[in-house]
Amino acid sequence: MPAVTVEHIIKTYGKKKEVLALNDLSFDVAPGELFGIIGPDGAGKTSLFRILTTLLLADSGKATVDGFDVVQSYKEIRKRVGYMPGRFSLYTDLSVEENLNFFATIFNTSIKENYDLVKEIYVQIEPFKDRKAGKLSGGMKQKLALCCALIHRPSVLFLDEPTTGVDAVSRKEFWEMLKGLRQQGITILVSTPYMDEARLCDRVALIQNGAILSINTPAGVVDEFSYPLWAVQSPAMLPLLNELKALPFVKDAYPFGAYHHVVLNNAAAENQLHQWVQQFAVTNVQAKKITADIEDCFIALMKN
Amino acid sequence: MFILLGMPVVQIVIFGFALTNEVKNAHIAILDASKDAATASLITELNASRYFDVERYCTDYKQIDDEFKKGTIKLAVIFPAHFDEDLQHFNTAQVQLIADASDPNVANTLTSYASAIIIDFQNRITENKKLPYTINTQLRMLYNPQLKGAFNFVPGVMAMVLLLVCTMMTAITIVKEKEMGTMEIMLVSPMRPQIVVLAKAVPYLLLSIINIITILLLSVYVLDVPINGSVVLLMLESILFTLVSLSLGLLISAGVASQQAAMFISLIALFLPTIMLSGFMFPIENMPLPLRVVSHIVPARWYYTIVKSVMIKGLGIQAILKETLILAGMMLFFLTMAVKRFKIRLA
Repeated sequence: MPAVTVEHIIKTYGKKKEVLALNDLSFDVAPGELFGIIGPDGAGKTSLFRILTTLLLADSGKATVDGFDVVQSYKEIRKRVGYMPGRFSLYTDLSVEENLNFFATIFNTSIKENYDLVKEIYVQIEPFKDRKAGKLSGGMKQKLALCCALIHRPSVLFLDEPTTGVDAVSRKEFWEMLKGLRQQGITILVSTPYMDEARLCDRVALIQNGAILSINTPAGVVDEFSYPLWAVQSPAMLPLLNELKALPFVKDAYPFGAYHHVVLNNAAAENQLHQWVQQFAVTNVQAKKITADIEDCFIALMKN
Repeated sequence: MFILLGMPVVQIVIFGFALTNEVKNAHIAILDASKDAATASLITELNASRYFDVERYCTDYKQIDDEFKKGTIKLAVIFPAHFDEDLQHFNTAQVQLIADASDPNVANTLTSYASAIIIDFQNRITENKKLPYTINTQLRMLYNPQLKGAFNFVPGVMAMVLLLVCTMMTAITIVKEKEMGTMEIMLVSPMRPQIVVLAKAVPYLLLSIINIITILLLSVYVLDVPINGSVVLLMLESILFTLVSLSLGLLISAGVASQQAAMFISLIALFLPTIMLSGFMFPIENMPLPLRVVSHIVPARWYYTIVKSVMIKGLGIQAILKETLILAGMMLFFLTMAVKRFKIRLA
């Protein structure tokens, strides 16, 4: 039995249902999976999480979590899932320890009972256990929120953009923790706008404007990308981009960090690009072939 | 926007026309032991004035006492036996005015109106006589012989403080949970939302009880306002009123989305009506019918009557049974509505 099933979920907002947040979404998440929902802001990630955590009702469609229907059996679901909203939602005027104690209590458990589950994370914030939660740094807040969401040993954990607004080091640490949790058998759904985090998941769903572009393993998503991809660089980046876009054998070109990524129509175009670059060698235009990553795939899928 | 533009209009109309300290058509009782021509014409005159309506004719003091306890009359006029005879033979007669001074302002106003009418009558019958008639008016201020203002405002302040602390604070704290996002996590937990909401109200119930005790201690030992009735009954009734206010706060919080809205509704919908329509500042009897009807749904009105009856008049539970039942009914209604309207989801 899948840990989470989503069938044809549609969610609209507004009086006239004019804002389409989720457009006929369907997917399954296997037990113990670390499932990533990757998409830009406004793609519908939070709406989806709120429907699955029984906080919102979908307009149509069905969803189950841990075998329970999100509408009829919402009470059962509320007992067994852990939810970490995108916004920091703990009690800022309670200390770290008080917050953890409080959430343990409302889930009818105690810190002691499930300490082994949160231990690795909690030891990192334990030195600050008497500090008010509102006075913690962004990374610390997220670790505490994760502890609070885990303290009742949930079967499915929903993390809504847990790494947004967190520094690179803390982000990395956070993902390490998620990997650790997966080993404990907890199904984890995590949403993020950062494409580079996608490869850390078992499977990812790329979503855009409330619709799924692709569901696959990170490697599978990259494999779906069938065009040759090159990175091109020159001292004058903006004119270069315009010229690249104008080339007949170039399918797409877009800025990507210090380079422009250039998607070519087919393998034959690689030679053409090579020749084209040669013409500009004096002006220091450099090009190299690269393999696509998730973001390239996302851009390609988005433009289709 | 409507509120911003409509508020001044409503307030001017209400303050200008409806809320006056002037007392009109006050219910009075007459005890006429002499039943002669003079008393008859004096009674007619009292009844004819727009200030008084004779509500009852009593035959003894006991009845008058009962009427005061029931709160049906504000003033009693007592003519001793042989009123006219005394007037004719000795040129002087006695009349006694007993006023319900649990509201000292009204008592003052009424006794001065009545005295003026009596003096007017005395002057008129004296006109053609050599020796002037004198009608001596004896005043008795029931419940509050010194006409202390505190007798009036202590019950009023109690109603206001309890309403403010309980309703506004509960409404705001629960909405704060929604605003801070903590409600989002609380909802995704086995805790029943109703329990969350009720648990939020408990600290304010305790705070209110401390408030009640403080107010009572201050009024007894600093303002010299005695508690004539049972302290236990007064506390129980106060706790009942606190519960009404708390459930009202819960009802407000269940319906609004922001702390500002909760504050605004508490102020507009509760604070102003409590001041204006509870009978604390302005006598309800003199309001136009629509306002009198509206005043029935103001919980503070009933509580104010209860506190006055128990604390100032020293009455027991029988006298305030109706008010108590009304408050209990209100509490049940608000509480069911609040629980019914409470959202188990975000939207």
